Amino acid sequence: MTSRLRAALAATATAALLAACATTGSAAPDRPAAGTGPAKPVPAGLDPAARPDPFPSTYAPFPAGPMAIRGATVLTATGQQIENGVVVFSGGRIVAVGGPDTAIPQGTTVIDGTGKWVTPGIIDAHSHLGVYPSPGVASRSDGNEAIDPVTANVWAEHSVWPQDPGFNRARAGGVTTLQILPGSANLFGGRSVTLRNVPSVTMQGMKFPGAPYGLKMACGENPKRVYGGKSRSPSTAMGNVAGYRRAWIDAAEYGRKWDDYRAKVSRGEKADPPKRDLGLDTLVGVLRGEILVQNHCYRADEMAVMIDVAREFGYRITMFHHASEAYKVGPLLAKEGICFATWADWQGFKMESYDGIEANAAIAYRAGACTVIHSDDPTITQRLNQEAAIAMAAGNRIGLKITDAEAIAWITLNPARAIGIDGQTGSLVAGKRADVVLWSADPFSIYAQADKVFIDGALVYDRRDPRYQPRSDFELGQPGEGAFHP
Amino acid sequence: MKRALIAPLFLAGMATLAIAAPAAAETVAIVNARIETASAAGIIPSGTIVLKDGRIAAVGAGVTAPAGARVIDAQGGVVTPGLIAPSSNLTVSEVEAVPSTRDDRSGKLSAGFDISYGVNPASPMIPLARQTGLTRVVATPLLSRGGAGGHKDDGGAEDFAGGGGGEEGDPAMFAGQAAIVSLAAGDQDPVVRARVAVTLDLGEAGARNAGGSRGAALVLVRAAFQDARALARNRNAYERGESREFGLSRIDLEALIPVVEGRTPLLVRVHRASDILQVLRLAREEKVRVILEGAEEGWLVAGEIAAAGVGVILDSQADLPDSFESLGARLDNAARLRAAGVTVAIMGSRDVNNLRQQRFNAGLAVANGLPRDQAMATITSDVARIWGMTGVGSLTVGQEADVVLWTGDPLETSSWPQAVFIGGVEQPQSTRAFELRDRYLKPAASGYPPAYQ
Repeated sequence: MTSRLRAALAATATAALLAACATTGSAAPDRPAAGTGPAKPVPAGLDPAARPDPFPSTYAPFPAGPMAIRGATVLTATGQQIENGVVVFSGGRIVAVGGPDTAIPQGTTVIDGTGKWVTPGIIDAHSHLGVYPSPGVASRSDGNEAIDPVTANVWAEHSVWPQDPGFNRARAGGVTTLQILPGSANLFGGRSVTLRNVPSVTMQGMKFPGAPYGLKMACGENPKRVYGGKSRSPSTAMGNVAGYRRAWIDAAEYGRKWDDYRAKVSRGEKADPPKRDLGLDTLVGVLRGEILVQNHCYRADEMAVMIDVAREFGYRITMFHHASEAYKVGPLLAKEGICFATWADWQGFKMESYDGIEANAAIAYRAGACTVIHSDDPTITQRLNQEAAIAMAAGNRIGLKITDAEAIAWITLNPARAIGIDGQTGSLVAGKRADVVLWSADPFSIYAQADKVFIDGALVYDRRDPRYQPRSDFELGQPGEGAFHP
Repeated sequence: MKRALIAPLFLAGMATLAIAAPAAAETVAIVNARIETASAAGIIPSGTIVLKDGRIAAVGAGVTAPAGARVIDAQGGVVTPGLIAPSSNLTVSEVEAVPSTRDDRSGKLSAGFDISYGVNPASPMIPLARQTGLTRVVATPLLSRGGAGGHKDDGGAEDFAGGGGGEEGDPAMFAGQAAIVSLAAGDQDPVVRARVAVTLDLGEAGARNAGGSRGAALVLVRAAFQDARALARNRNAYERGESREFGLSRIDLEALIPVVEGRTPLLVRVHRASDILQVLRLAREEKVRVILEGAEEGWLVAGEIAAAGVGVILDSQADLPDSFESLGARLDNAARLRAAGVTVAIMGSRDVNNLRQQRFNAGLAVANGLPRDQAMATITSDVARIWGMTGVGSLTVGQEADVVLWTGDPLETSSWPQAVFIGGVEQPQSTRAFELRDRYLKPAASGYPPAYQ
């Protein structure tokens, strides 16, 4: 146990060392080492390629011995429901998932799951925890850099307050991974960050190692309201689209300048590097397929326009967020391979959500679209299982026959895919990270509670054991002391 | 009910207008049902309920369907009273972000604002609300810039729509008068009772409205009560212009007179334990009746609330320290208050866009310690009790037949209302959302766009 933790820490230290080497330039493959070419090395911080991960993860899994849950109903998120199942994890990874005969190695701590259910850890692909923390006071309102419609230069991770008590509430609801997004005031709101939902003094201590970045984009009413209100563009829907297109033109031009520069350097020619631009770095990251587009967009017609914008500039949209009208364009989303994330039925609060319906997710899902239930809210994130259940019931009311085994993917494997970590987590498959929730009942029941939550095989929350109910620094000495359930 | 107050001639005129109105109350017997009476009779595992002449004629295990009744076999489904939303903007607000569709804010007035004039029985949100089991709602006003729901990314939450401070010229303190509204289809005059309470925001919102602190807010409230009493005592002096200067307008003070006379309750939105105690003291000293809404830290002073006999309307999801006045918010607030003897009404979202949450919030309270057999009352009979409604809220002989038949456990995510009766009349199932759903459920085979479906 302890040795494993040490090993993990050592691995992190090595990674940090490598990253540090990269800043000196010797590890950058596309740049000649100092002194070998006519071009002087670009000073640290001025070359976007020199250190693509300047705020590296320091997350290390908590200590954990080999563990097995036996006798529970298991939803794997790969379409299977296993009765009286067994899930074994060790070394932070899932080792085996199967029926009652699945072998449990000696020395494994066995948890009796009789009458309970097991699912992968819940993944919230749309959260503002940390950037809009509790308490929601103005001095901690860090989610929207609403001073310019194009702020692709800002990174949500620099606004994350790790002591947000909301992280603890979400974990008690089974949430093990979150994508933290900037808000939707801007056409380009900035970079998202994907976090392990573990208590940490630093943001870096929560960062999901190796997760790709996302770029928050926003359609519709919010940007034009914010900037129209300031007598600036965009003030209309067409102004929004002009704004996206202008930014992508700038990005393509910027990318070309760096490509030209690198080509010259590689030919041994004299060249001055272009001036680094943080915002355009992010947009170029999208054009190169390294950063995933997370596009806030409610209406069907606006989603169709955004798909054409993406085609015009040669990038992909990974997911539409909120997508209240996904049910009108399910086949289009399916054909384009774009996920959509929505609530069960939050609708009607503004014109672009006026046509939202409870069966939205179910109809688009049956049309073949990659379906995600998200929260965008510190309360809903605590019960994404029930949010998915309501969406599923709305489908079953009209005969769509959606099963628990299918719907669990809406809050696990599909959001993992949409934030680019499905190779690592999101389903109960041997070799993946052991992000696991033990539920008191069918997780789609209103009465279900997450009894135990594991991240990378370590117990991070236990409903019955106060030793595993972490509290934020903020809540110490306050009424309630950070305890929020019986 | 209130129809009796309408002149027969006028009623005849209305009938021709309301072509969409469903048929008059018939005699209906729902058999083979699990019946949650939300009364002392508790839960009847399998029984029959008879609706006749708009009222509940019989309920019990040994009841038989009368001859000529339409018999509905519940096949083990669950029958409950119609749910009552204890504080909502349903019927007075359409689209939160479109101010022209909102009549739930006090505007130029303070206590005098009367929400009942803005009730719109044609709201497409009403059929949707019935599909969550709601049959009645208490429409309550907000301060002009009060914080109403909203979330971080959207809907004009405080993210970039500006802070929650009072607008310049926002009348102080009181948000206006609430109304009880029926959700019966085709009812052109659905206000059951207007002016059932005056609402007051205290705590941080109240302090903001009073210029920044609680000390100012409570002094202003007490002064307004004194002014209302003075006006009631000597109207003639006021008419002659011989009264001292009052802090609120005559219209607002008139609305406060029934409050200071103890005839109409004050609905107080309050969160912090110390603020709750201040409200209880205010009620005691000023001899006014109060209802608490919010009360996230109510569990810390549950004994005091119970001793004062004050009812609490709360959101059982509230467990975040989302402001400095709700640092002690807990998921078992409802269970603890109820155990202390407090009458608790569980609300869903205040806003029409998420009304379905009420029954799920009752389920959530059960998951956090509220006994299941007490849960139904928190969304039906105890809501009626807190609001002083008579004749509705439980499945008891003689009560109005506001009844819902569910496919299963009404608190569960997997069930939905199979039939909704208001005053014994079965309500239409159709909603705008269902029409949209059905339009897009299957691609049209005709080659024509969905608009032709």
